[in-house]
Amino acid sequence: MNQTNKESLLGNTRALDLTDDKGFLCGKILGELGCDVIKIEPPGGDPARRIGPFHHDTPHPEKSLLWLAYNTSKRSITLSIESKDGMEIFRRLVKTADFIIESFPPGRMDNMGLGYPELSRIDPRIILTSITPFGQNGPYRDYKAPDIVGVALGGLLYMTGDPDRPPVRIGLPQAYLHAAAEAAVGTMIAYYHRERIGEGQWVDVSIQHSLISTLANFIPIWEQRGIISQRVGSYRTGLTAGARQRQVWRCKDGYVCFGILAGTVPRSNRSMVEWMDSEGMADEYLKEMNWDNFDMFTLTQEIQDRIEEPISRFFLKHTKEELYEEAIRRRIMLYPVSTPQDLMENPQLKSRDFWVEVEYPHLKDTIKTPGAFVKASETPCQIKYPAPCIGEHNQEIYQGELSFSEEELVFFKQAGVI
Amino acid sequence: MGKGAFEGIKVADFTWAGVGPLIVKYLADNGATAVRLESMKRPDWVRISGPYKDGKPGIDRSCYWAYLNPNRLSMALNLAHPKGREIAKQFISWADVVAENYTVGTMEKWGLGYEEVKKIKPDIIMLRTSNQGQTGPHATHPGFGIQLVGLVGFPQITGWPDREPSPMPVAYTDLIAPRFGAAALIAALDYREKTGKGQLLDLSQLEAALNFMTPVVLDYVVNGRESMRAGNQCPSAAPHGVYRCKGDDRWCAIAIFTDKEWKAFCTVLENPPWTQARQFSTFLSRKANEEELDKLIEEWTVNFTPEEVMERMQQKGVAAGVVKNAADIYQDPQLKMRNYLWELNHREMGPVTHMGQAFVLSRTPAEGRKAAPCLGEHTEYVCREILGMSDEEFVALYNEGVLE
Repeated sequence: MNQTNKESLLGNTRALDLTDDKGFLCGKILGELGCDVIKIEPPGGDPARRIGPFHHDTPHPEKSLLWLAYNTSKRSITLSIESKDGMEIFRRLVKTADFIIESFPPGRMDNMGLGYPELSRIDPRIILTSITPFGQNGPYRDYKAPDIVGVALGGLLYMTGDPDRPPVRIGLPQAYLHAAAEAAVGTMIAYYHRERIGEGQWVDVSIQHSLISTLANFIPIWEQRGIISQRVGSYRTGLTAGARQRQVWRCKDGYVCFGILAGTVPRSNRSMVEWMDSEGMADEYLKEMNWDNFDMFTLTQEIQDRIEEPISRFFLKHTKEELYEEAIRRRIMLYPVSTPQDLMENPQLKSRDFWVEVEYPHLKDTIKTPGAFVKASETPCQIKYPAPCIGEHNQEIYQGELSFSEEELVFFKQAGVI
Repeated sequence: MGKGAFEGIKVADFTWAGVGPLIVKYLADNGATAVRLESMKRPDWVRISGPYKDGKPGIDRSCYWAYLNPNRLSMALNLAHPKGREIAKQFISWADVVAENYTVGTMEKWGLGYEEVKKIKPDIIMLRTSNQGQTGPHATHPGFGIQLVGLVGFPQITGWPDREPSPMPVAYTDLIAPRFGAAALIAALDYREKTGKGQLLDLSQLEAALNFMTPVVLDYVVNGRESMRAGNQCPSAAPHGVYRCKGDDRWCAIAIFTDKEWKAFCTVLENPPWTQARQFSTFLSRKANEEELDKLIEEWTVNFTPEEVMERMQQKGVAAGVVKNAADIYQDPQLKMRNYLWELNHREMGPVTHMGQAFVLSRTPAEGRKAAPCLGEHTEYVCREILGMSDEEFVALYNEGVLE
């Protein structure tokens, strides 16, 4: 966390982050771009602090690794915005803010008297970003969507898994992350408009809708060819007229990703065959393939299987590290399937100083954490602060900024406002 | 149609394939003028992949390319020709943003690296994105998102514990990274307007996508645990899975986190005796007997369509969702409310579907203003209108093979 003297992209902005885990990543992105993100937690802490895994497997609201993962570069205050006093305080904070990010069920902000019309009366320049399972309107509006339901209704779930078993989700919940990242872009577009025209607006983000781009070409395939793309295990079918192509291959000590491709990139296939040949493992069929004329659209399963058979034997002879190193040397489009340990040792990430050491005094630990998501030459982005403890910045903000007295703070605490 | 948020912003668009075009899409769908500089000899890989309109292959017939590229102008330019590179430089001096996602080193080969670009236009914002960023020992290693998913580690944690990985069969990182690139790019545009300073944005798709793996990484760093494939299980919910329903390959996801949800779930099933059994009475007992529980649930769900299961459950406050396939998504009533697909009239293909934007902006909504272009559809237009080229110059360059 190198505090630099350079300016940051969003250094003059503030976000009030009311989200739960549906929206954490949005504020994190804004924070890395320099925005002053204030995470507003209900007294007692955000409910998502109960989500594991936990530091040293000890469940505790200050030890959730999900919290630590997605709330860096934010400050935390506690505030019950549902209480009368809490709402007054919140309204004062709105006047200091540019963005409000929330992930309450549709209508809840309105019921609290904090819907977009009311917020824009407080400040017409305010940008409200709402992240909900399905958006603010429509037949599914009030449906619940934890991750597995989100990826089901968004279409991502149907594509993954083995054909003889049910569809299977990605092992780490993804649906909320897609929505929160979309929310960051929507917020930025609204901000850009506001800085030129002067008016704020309401950004309505749907978790289901955020997953549509992950379907890649499956909608055009359905529309044009009437084919529902099926889950195919370690394979893919989306680039051919129907033949399945292996995507994840077993090697000596794990897995690698490699695919036979056509079009403007035949060199990778050719280099692969040359390497296999140098070890006496390319058969005549492979050596005689004319990659320049290789057409995936007319590819049959028989041809694809003949290509893959010797390759899968070759990979089993090598470790993923050997395969990756030689692939880099020969410019073959092959990548290892990383374990977390591989990631920590990845020389590329090291050379770009990607990992940052984040200090957590309350955990008596310094935790190596993914760094800022982009390298910006003039306005370095960074993990500004560790993920905060519950209400860690109450004093700083309530006394320092809003000038509440010690007595008032004591009163608010007793009344359950903060 | 309204004015988009980026009305007047100009993009010299050197992107291709997935990530670059999806980043530019955020600007173009919101009103920016984006001129895609394309090669006839080495066309965008997606232009020559299916599905094709009416099954007839052709460089202007890829429905997937169109789906990703509405609201763009296309200029066919031979960058291998020195004069082609001169024209590219004219576009750069016109533009506010240069965006590119070629294999690292390609722009340098054309003399269009950031240092050169900055000389042409000192306040340019250059967004460069590649698998692993512009610097470092593996920066130039080629590859697509479909392989990069491995390096991020997604296959390691996706699938069944007793089976090989079953990763998403798409270039998943391509569909994560664009948001990060676009958020930074828009913030940089605003910063430039306020300070006059442009800059280089270097987005590594590996680094961006690792944001979607952070808890797994921290679990290793802190607890030494290497997460493995766990099917559809969730440590804090039971039942939590995907259940077979009536029909061919029809499924419904159901997730129950609290006792209240469990009670509501039992009510939907009309409280058969097994739901009252001791081995399912608490969360811990449901978790311990999850396999048996899943079987019993499936005996019930197979009698209904997934839509019926979802509606009955959701009406009682139980999280459940149809496992939607592409056909379901195509007619999804909720997504239709959000104008998620744009049908636009393509010059070669006629009416064709383009992907919209996943958020709705109340004052400046994204819009499908024009269909994706044919390759070089606007070459003449942009040469005249943007570069101010005369007829003679245009014809000469065309005959020399600079313009294609």
